Amino acid sequence: MTPFALADAFRLRRRSGSEKLVDQGFRQLTIVLASIVGLVLLGILLTVLSGSKEAIDAFGFKFLTTSSWDPVSEKYGAFTAIYGTIITSLLALLIAVPLGVGTAIFITENLIPLRVRQFLGLMVELLAAIPSVVLGLWAIFVMEPFLRPILEAVNQVFGWIPLFSTVPQGPGVAPAILILVVMILPIITAISRDSLMQVPPELRQAAYGIGTTRWGAILQVILPAAVSGITGGVMLALGRAMGETMAVTMIIGNSTNFSWSLLAPGNTISSMLANQFGEADGIQVSALMYAALILMILTLVVNVFAQWIVRRLSLKYS
Amino acid sequence: MTSLQPNASLQSPDQGPFQRKALQFQPSLSRNRWNLFFTLLSAGFAGICVLPLFLVLAYVLFKGGSLISIQLLTQLPPAPGLEGGGIGNAILGTIIITLLASLIAIPVGVGGGIFLSEYSTSGPFAQFVRFGTNVLAGVPSIICGVFVYGLIVSTRVFAGQSYSALAGAIALAVLMLPTVIKTTDEALKLVPDELRWGALGVGASKFITITRITLPSAFSPIATGVVLAIARAAGETAPLIFTALFSPFWPEGLLNPIASMSVLIYNFAIMPYEAQISLAWAASFILVVMILAANLFARYLSRFAKA
Repeated sequence: MTPFALADAFRLRRRSGSEKLVDQGFRQLTIVLASIVGLVLLGILLTVLSGSKEAIDAFGFKFLTTSSWDPVSEKYGAFTAIYGTIITSLLALLIAVPLGVGTAIFITENLIPLRVRQFLGLMVELLAAIPSVVLGLWAIFVMEPFLRPILEAVNQVFGWIPLFSTVPQGPGVAPAILILVVMILPIITAISRDSLMQVPPELRQAAYGIGTTRWGAILQVILPAAVSGITGGVMLALGRAMGETMAVTMIIGNSTNFSWSLLAPGNTISSMLANQFGEADGIQVSALMYAALILMILTLVVNVFAQWIVRRLSLKYS
Repeated sequence: MTSLQPNASLQSPDQGPFQRKALQFQPSLSRNRWNLFFTLLSAGFAGICVLPLFLVLAYVLFKGGSLISIQLLTQLPPAPGLEGGGIGNAILGTIIITLLASLIAIPVGVGGGIFLSEYSTSGPFAQFVRFGTNVLAGVPSIICGVFVYGLIVSTRVFAGQSYSALAGAIALAVLMLPTVIKTTDEALKLVPDELRWGALGVGASKFITITRITLPSAFSPIATGVVLAIARAAGETAPLIFTALFSPFWPEGLLNPIASMSVLIYNFAIMPYEAQISLAWAASFILVVMILAANLFARYLSRFAKA
């Protein structure tokens, strides 16, 4: 052990005046640079808060529950967009979690040669790198035309359920959910893979030792041991899905009319911002800022919760 | 001879306490059937997971790749309804904005990372900065656009200009910042303390130790993170649509609206003109190739980190 800390060793040394000046100056510089993060966060909060003040005064909490979005009579309510944000991200999560966790298990198990598994892992990581606007373009011209007959069939068979009650006419909530699945799959897969790899091999060996099968061990021992990390990853993916803008904007149809149906065009907070912010003026800007504030609070809560889960619930294996 | 009896009973299948059949793998048992079922299910899930990448790549590479020509890379986009033209201004614009954003985000991010790992690893301010970095990483990119719009575009602080390349670059820099800080912080933590002790022993100051010893030995993980951050920023659209806007002309300085490939794809994809839509595919091709190349380059860089 060292008698004193490294930081003290540097400070206690005899230094020339100029050296001291450079050292201290550099330290101050890094402090200033580090505090920029805080300033930016504060700036984002203040900008959005001050921008939305007018709309908060005018509409209050009714903004959250009404769904009229009428620039002519200047009546705004964000219920359609809030509902769209929550329903698209939750349903996308519902599809992506089994797919992502299943893929992560497949990549971490020794079912296929290591090379193939590494290749699959690389593929999933590259999928995460594709810009969302390119996925949106693909969704408009390839995925949606392919999907439409399927969605029409769903509408004909299950049309009596409100969720499928409208005839699909191109862009809509359902294709937006599917493109969100594509976007959050890599996050869920990557984080689940990391959590599964951290489970100590002794647990698996013990499970095999008392006579279970591979999947008995995975489902009853390894997944429960990795569940905290996977949950954290799922929450991060939820935050990402709620804030995702471009691909969703391009395929969701951007309708401000409320509909329960997943096959009808809809709206999310971020797609509304992307679509209207550039052309808005007056109280509409303020209403959009209010919606942005709601989106910020939603993603902030989800992200802080995700970090808390990862830090508090993660099992520490030394 | 009697002591060998159990052994003999094992060899004849139908005698003795153990039936040999029980020791063999029996695929018909329900546990083994479930095992096979789950294995196939997870393989199927992995297939579904990789499928979109292949489909997207195939379409972008075939549809976009077939359109690439010298004219496409060097000309301006056509007026709506006309044929031909190119995306030269958007390619140049993306490079300018991303470069400018990197020039802002890398010094700030690396400086912040140095503070976190070299000066204050566990103080309250460092904890706050770490928490803030994580929060900032989770802020949706469209909110960064709204922030810069409110701060710079609507207030016209830069020489009375509203939409500008600089505003777009600042929005992208805000997005890159958390990644750069985190990778710098984590890369510097991996540098063994012996190197810092050694530097102290030969009489280096803290400043010299950081700039000549610690930073260079953490270069490759930091570079990996920075390249990934740049690649991500190059493809971002949401922060640019109402900060840098779009321009059908060549870039006219940093204080005017500027074209970029991502905004071009967004704008042209929803136009009813065939020429614009094929330009959107061509821009996707160039963007995807650039970003995938950057990602593979980052992986190549990270190999040096492990050695």
